[in-house]
Amino acid sequence: MEELANLFHGFAVALQPFNIMVMILGIVLGVVIGVLPGLGGANGVAILLPLTFSMSPTSAIIMLSCIYWGALFGGAITSILFNIPGEPWSVATTFDGYPMAQQGKAGEALTAAFTSSFVGALFAVIMITLVAPLVASFALQFGPAEKFAVYFLAFCSFVGLSKEPPFKTIAAMMIGFALAAVGLDSITGQLRLTFGVTELLNGFDFLIAVIGLFGIGEILLTMEEGLAFRGGNAKINLRVVLQTWKELPAYWMTSLRSCLIGCWMGITPAGATPASFMSYGIAKRVAKRGNNFGKGEIEGVVAPETAAHAAGTAALLPMLSLGVPGSPTAAVLLGGLLIWGLQPGPMLFVEQKEFVWGLIASMYLGNLVGLIVVLTCVPIFAAILRVPFSIIAPLILVLCAIGAYSVHSSTFDVVLMLVFGVLGYLLKKCNYPLAPLVLAIVLGDKAEEAFRQSLLGSQGSLGVFFSNALVSSIMILGLIALFWTAIQEGYTRLRTRLA
Amino acid sequence: MTTNGPGAGPMHKTVEAGVTLAIALFGVIVIIGSVKAGINWGAEGPRAGFFPFYVGITIVLASAINLRNALREHDRGLFAEWGQLRQVMSVVVPTAIYVGAMPFTGLYLASMIFIAWFMRWLGKYNWLTVAAIAIGMPVVTYFIFERWFLVPLPKGPVEEWLGL
Repeated sequence: MEELANLFHGFAVALQPFNIMVMILGIVLGVVIGVLPGLGGANGVAILLPLTFSMSPTSAIIMLSCIYWGALFGGAITSILFNIPGEPWSVATTFDGYPMAQQGKAGEALTAAFTSSFVGALFAVIMITLVAPLVASFALQFGPAEKFAVYFLAFCSFVGLSKEPPFKTIAAMMIGFALAAVGLDSITGQLRLTFGVTELLNGFDFLIAVIGLFGIGEILLTMEEGLAFRGGNAKINLRVVLQTWKELPAYWMTSLRSCLIGCWMGITPAGATPASFMSYGIAKRVAKRGNNFGKGEIEGVVAPETAAHAAGTAALLPMLSLGVPGSPTAAVLLGGLLIWGLQPGPMLFVEQKEFVWGLIASMYLGNLVGLIVVLTCVPIFAAILRVPFSIIAPLILVLCAIGAYSVHSSTFDVVLMLVFGVLGYLLKKCNYPLAPLVLAIVLGDKAEEAFRQSLLGSQGSLGVFFSNALVSSIMILGLIALFWTAIQEGYTRLRTRLA
Repeated sequence: MTTNGPGAGPMHKTVEAGVTLAIALFGVIVIIGSVKAGINWGAEGPRAGFFPFYVGITIVLASAINLRNALREHDRGLFAEWGQLRQVMSVVVPTAIYVGAMPFTGLYLASMIFIAWFMRWLGKYNWLTVAAIAIGMPVVTYFIFERWFLVPLPKGPVEEWLGL
């Protein structure tokens, strides 16, 4: 019951006029970011992070998380109207959303997408409300070995769950760890890997990496494809919305399944993109009209959108309760916490009640506001896409540069941003996943600290990671995740041999 | 495979091998740096290079496997056509100049010129549209960042002369 009281207190915080204003601003900015190619959730939040330096942490996180919700909503608009996924997690939405728009059912597709997003997010927020405090109070008892085990599990899930080849995931992740290690060593106070370059004393800031890898890299990819927007008109009126809402409850099974997939994939750091694909794939296999998927089936919009939004929201659960972000955007939010002087992790639920519950309450409200904003303003947002790329591109590049500069007021960071951008372009083209790289930069120092402290306690014996039931089970889960691809292959081989 | 013209470009395989080698090289640099910082145990436990040393080794090992996989592939696809790469470079080069000029000219002037260049040469807009956006965007930025949210951005001689 204490949680309920906390939640109501959170609503009181989130409903302050300033916070509501920030919420709406965040949603609108977020949708714009989601609609524009080259600006995604993670780097959009990273660029706008400096704007929150002068706000209270609670208002700041409300604004940034609302940008995130907005971006999740926005991705659907471009997918359905223009067949261009504004975000990677809305690729699966194009499969059925765009055919629907071509058949003149854009309004239905958009309503279905937005409503499903809302349902997915709501499901995930309710889950966070119920589960996060429990996880946090459980995690309060964690020692360094358990902490490391949690990081280990998070990173191993990347290797097992991502669709990229496992060794590329490992390489990308280790690049992140190496970049995180550059600069002052937090335990010994010794400098390392700087090779005498003074600019590297403070190491690499992951915000710069995010802006470069996701922002600049994405623009370079778009330039290569030579983007031209062709799309249908967006017309949504109340009649269409109500009509579609009447149809949607028939797909409750798909929704529920997609919510569960999304929550699972969001908590394990697989993220929204694989969640949406997985949900679409399963829906296609299970649905009665599965054969019709890809030709404009409304269920084919519901499944990926619900899962993507559930995953995107659920990614905040481990970020809040364990200090382990479930997605690059959650990682940026976590970076924000550090900048505002808050220590992410289970202690937040004890020490920063107002902040945590304000954020959770704002998730409920933000998604509701988001739903209303996108349903009413679709034509305006769609019009943004008609602005030619040769105008949008330089503006986004300038915004990225401003964002990169203002993190530390350093022009060297802007140069780094461009380097990361070219790197991101090359890595993406060569099928290296970028999310684990970014998460490794964020968590590298903490994972290393936990690792070294555990070893210190055990006098260097790796047995400390299997010294009690809790830590061993997390480690074993991690190992299973790490070798998941191999296990799956072995299993299929065994079955074919037996059959 | 490196002839000019439509449909030609560097092989995907070649670029991938190059990227993999570059990553391996990065791993070697990390190993060297870690050894310099000390990879054994000191008085306060594992020394600074301990963790990055193994990270570096993992990078090199993973890259070796990735390289083998890349070379074994029978994919004869292109990484990108030369024309596409030219498009990419038409963004990278001006952005590099923009970024390089920023410490001297300040952000605002550099941004104006950058946006104007981009719109005029790649978008072929008329000068009026170009001027409106190239001047408008930095001005709006100034008000949002410096006035409302109090985030200072780099300034150059022009801003100083204007007394901003």
